[in-house]
Amino acid sequence: MRYFLAAIGLLLALACGSAQAQLSIEITGGGANQIPIGVLRFVGEEVLGQRISDIVEADLQRSGRFRMLFSGNVDPLPSEVAQVNFGDWKNRNADALVIGSVVRLADGRYEARFRLLDVPKQNQIGGVAFTLTAQQVRATAHRIADFIYEKLTGDRGVFSTRIAYVVKQGPRYELQIADADGVGAQTALASREPIMSPAWSPDGTRLAYVSFENKKPVVYAHSLVSGQRQVVANFKGSNSAPAWSADGRQLAVVLSKDGGSQIYLIGADGSNPRRLTNSSSIDTEPYFAPDGQSIYFTSDRGGSPQIYRMNVGGGEVARISFDGSYNVSPRVSHDGKTLIYIARDGGRFQLKALDLASKQTQVLTDGQHDESPSFAPNGKMILYATQAGGRGSLAAVSSDGRVKQRLSVQAADVREPAWGPFINN
Amino acid sequence: MKKFLAVASMVALMAGCASTPTEESKATVEDRTPSTAVQPPPGITTVTPTAPRADQNASVLKDPNNILSKRSIYYDYDKYDVKDEYKPLLQAHARYLSQNRNAKMLIQGNCDERGSREYNIALGQKRADGIKKMLTLMGVQEIQVESVSLGEEKPRCTEATEACYSQNRRGDMLYGGEY
Repeated sequence: MRYFLAAIGLLLALACGSAQAQLSIEITGGGANQIPIGVLRFVGEEVLGQRISDIVEADLQRSGRFRMLFSGNVDPLPSEVAQVNFGDWKNRNADALVIGSVVRLADGRYEARFRLLDVPKQNQIGGVAFTLTAQQVRATAHRIADFIYEKLTGDRGVFSTRIAYVVKQGPRYELQIADADGVGAQTALASREPIMSPAWSPDGTRLAYVSFENKKPVVYAHSLVSGQRQVVANFKGSNSAPAWSADGRQLAVVLSKDGGSQIYLIGADGSNPRRLTNSSSIDTEPYFAPDGQSIYFTSDRGGSPQIYRMNVGGGEVARISFDGSYNVSPRVSHDGKTLIYIARDGGRFQLKALDLASKQTQVLTDGQHDESPSFAPNGKMILYATQAGGRGSLAAVSSDGRVKQRLSVQAADVREPAWGPFINN
Repeated sequence: MKKFLAVASMVALMAGCASTPTEESKATVEDRTPSTAVQPPPGITTVTPTAPRADQNASVLKDPNNILSKRSIYYDYDKYDVKDEYKPLLQAHARYLSQNRNAKMLIQGNCDERGSREYNIALGQKRADGIKKMLTLMGVQEIQVESVSLGEEKPRCTEATEACYSQNRRGDMLYGGEY
């Protein structure tokens, strides 16, 4: 091993994580048909040190799909359906109401219960009770928000998911992982050479990325469970653009070992590289379609960089993008219906969405240097890198372009976001 | 709104079927033992770049009066062809490598910051490959030269101006011990 590997203890990792300024999120724009909802303070939640109800409210608000009703003046606070003044909430045009309570258990843990109520029908839509420790307040609140979001919108919530991104501060690069709301950032990798293209394994336990610590791009797979990492591709020339297959056993990567940048399939342990493209052009940025059978990629085989699709098993290659002279970084939604990519228009690089069935395109962002898009696992939001105030920052936009969020870290350059998968637990 | 009501009432109906007056007490109580995926990584992996190997270079490579001390080739936007003005430079390096069969060279292709980072890796690779191909056509053994790309990741100049961009669209030739 030519590089030096050091795993520092958990305490140090936590200390470093908390010392970093966290991502702060600012929301602009609003979705259509926002659901009016009141989230009441949970009875007794003060014992936790932070309010579950505040975190739930912030999650729902950030999604852009709810209109939060002022709920700070309710006294006494209801924790049971029978205690709710439905008439009052009906007058305030509430569709839904969230009530809850927290109690300390004999073993020192806590129990948090909540109920989601249908105001017009004056009944309960659902409710769950969680047992938690004081360290699990945020995780529990995100689970509650996920429950509410799914019941009311029909789409699965992403508040419990995580995001990865690269922070550059002076000469130091860090691969960080945070909750989807930007809180709780932890550093998985620190280096004095660039890190790029993080990609989550389908089960959310590993990140593949490109690191330049050997003075050239090399692809690694990094376990977030053990902190161990493994070289996936370190061939002569450049190794880059990792994309996981649906089963997490293989990666599509771009290698230049045989001349030119070409797409290969390789085992996640670095075994059996198999060449997939065979052109004298640039072929890069592979991304698996959700069925695992085809790969979208960027190629300049037609004279300018455009998006193409090929079958993993070989066969003909179809050109997907036609408008413009620079279309790159394809990603497909999890339902396989929408392709997003970065398009150059004049001197601007913006995020575009293409409905694969109707061929309709929509420009989703209005930045100058938008890049590296990543779908939330429910397909409703897209995280991407942009520039603000001369620095890299992250932003998110809803897949219909209506809701926009900006995520920023003080005094650091943030780039290369990747939204992690759903976590099953 | 209609969608909400439809979903909500459907859910309410379903909940109604399943619920009893004590539904809340029967509500699922889950032990919040977070899965591995939601735990923080167990530690920071810190990597230190490889140290340069001992300098074995002949002083001719560093002599500012010798053409071999010049190592950079510059490109136009989105282009990877080596301009004619750089051919004498490549010929000098090809001669040196041919006469010093143990010498090794790393060619690093670089791009300006515009566009996709990964596409720029491929574009920088094309630039580096072009230099390598020209050197081998001039008689250099392929094994002496490795072409890699740094894409837009290691800019020499960091302002968003054309003057700066043109310095970053570059191929660098480094000899063993220099990287």
